[in-house]
Amino acid sequence: MIIVEQLSKRYGAHVSVDNVSFRAEPGSVTGFLGPNGAGKSTTMRMMTGLTPASAGHSTILGVPYAELPNPGRHVGVLLDASAQHNGRTGREVLRLDAMTMGLPRGRVDEMLETVGLSGAEGDRRVGNYSLGMRQRLGIAHALLGDPQVLILDEPANGLDPAGIHWMRGLLRTFAERGGTVLLSSHLLHEIELIADHLVLIGRGKIVADGTKAELLSTVGTLVRSPDRNALTRCLDTAGITYQATDDGAYVVDATSEQVAGIATRDRVVVTELRNADGAGLEDMFLQLTADDAREQVSA
Amino acid sequence: MTTATYTTPDPTITAVPFRRLLRVELRKLTDTRAGFWLLTAIGIITVAVVIVFLFVAKPEDLTYINFLGATSTPQGLLLPVLGILAVTAEWSQRTGLVTFTLEPSRLRVALAKLVAVLLVGALAVVVALGVAALGNVAGTVLMDGAGTWTFGIPNVRDFFLLQLIGVVQGFAFGMVLMNTAAAIVLYYVLPIAWNVLFSMVDSLAKVAPWVDLNSAIAPAFDKQTFTGDDFTHIAVAGTIWVLLPLALGLLRLLNREVKSA
Repeated sequence: MIIVEQLSKRYGAHVSVDNVSFRAEPGSVTGFLGPNGAGKSTTMRMMTGLTPASAGHSTILGVPYAELPNPGRHVGVLLDASAQHNGRTGREVLRLDAMTMGLPRGRVDEMLETVGLSGAEGDRRVGNYSLGMRQRLGIAHALLGDPQVLILDEPANGLDPAGIHWMRGLLRTFAERGGTVLLSSHLLHEIELIADHLVLIGRGKIVADGTKAELLSTVGTLVRSPDRNALTRCLDTAGITYQATDDGAYVVDATSEQVAGIATRDRVVVTELRNADGAGLEDMFLQLTADDAREQVSA
Repeated sequence: MTTATYTTPDPTITAVPFRRLLRVELRKLTDTRAGFWLLTAIGIITVAVVIVFLFVAKPEDLTYINFLGATSTPQGLLLPVLGILAVTAEWSQRTGLVTFTLEPSRLRVALAKLVAVLLVGALAVVVALGVAALGNVAGTVLMDGAGTWTFGIPNVRDFFLLQLIGVVQGFAFGMVLMNTAAAIVLYYVLPIAWNVLFSMVDSLAKVAPWVDLNSAIAPAFDKQTFTGDDFTHIAVAGTIWVLLPLALGLLRLLNREVKSA
């Protein structure tokens, strides 16, 4: 369980995180989604006590992070997979973590095995690791203390498709056993398959927060017809608003039953009719990204 | 997740005890190439200077205290680097992200690091005491050296004091600057420039032992031991060069944002 309440971070005049509140519940995966520079990492650093908050506070398992005894045993944190001493081997990195947390030596081998860095790879220096291997080591580090909560910043970054698939299964299992997972990403498609709950952040502010089903239900139905004129006429008659997509379909503000009903009545051929699954979310997300990009250009 | 609860912390998990933090910090000093070779170099050079001294010194100078004096220069130069690296690696290698999430009390981490470098520094002096003793025996046997053992508890104390002050000073500089290169450069350059200033300007020479740590510790070599006034000098100069940077560094460590980039 993670509760973030009105967290803000100001650097001089610049507001990096602006009054951010959200919750991540046990038994679910919460995706923290936003373009680069939206304030995801800063929020996560404030949650873990690395960055002092300008205002607001956050708790993990009901306690501020800094007050958790032996926090590695409660919360698995991965903020930057590359933030490891290049001169240490993967095994040595985990060995130090295990020593701090007071874990038996065997736990290190067990975790290396779990993330697929067993044997020779674990004995190579982290400096020679690919980004994907560093992410695996970082996930091993986060899971090492058998925590109840995971906080992972861009964990899929650098993983190959098989690696992403693997991580998805891992986090899903973790949540199904009752754990709380918060993971950030700047890629919608990476996160929408794994998260049950989405928190969208843009320019330091929360812009959307809800279960995936809730967010998707607000985005309407996608309908496609070979006779576009007939379809729009039919929608106009029914008083249903719609928006054309790039590839000639329409996203309409109605349920698929309603659309099917009027299309049948008006004898319009429909070749595709489904929930607009994420198209609207994608739009919202792209809008955020675009705003951010424009800001960078003008700056 | 061996516990059944997912909304409150497992009450059976207790805080990380200090001795575990200390063990981790000791291990960190030796488990990287930089740390390993620094310690190896300190050991090899300590033995090397004793051997060199054995062959170049006049027989009447081959005494225990002179052998020990020979080891103190390279150790005095290298041990502070250990103190510097112990802190700066957390920032230059960005391991601070992990270190300070596993132990959010930065003060405890800093203390564990300080105790770790002090222990290793003390160990280096113990090695120096032993190697110097072997040198003195070899001097008597091979080089017809004087072989005098005149050496009291005050001398032992002074040698430990000298090296450990250097270690703490390096540690403090590392904490203030949080950058390996800057800390090493300033650690060597600043006191030397200061020392030159105070030894060259006559009117300043009198106050030098009060404000210049090198002048304050010089009696260890000139008179072979510290006496009353010397301790006052060390206390004052040490406050300026060691305790003040240590306090500033600690303040910076406690308040600095730990970031990955």
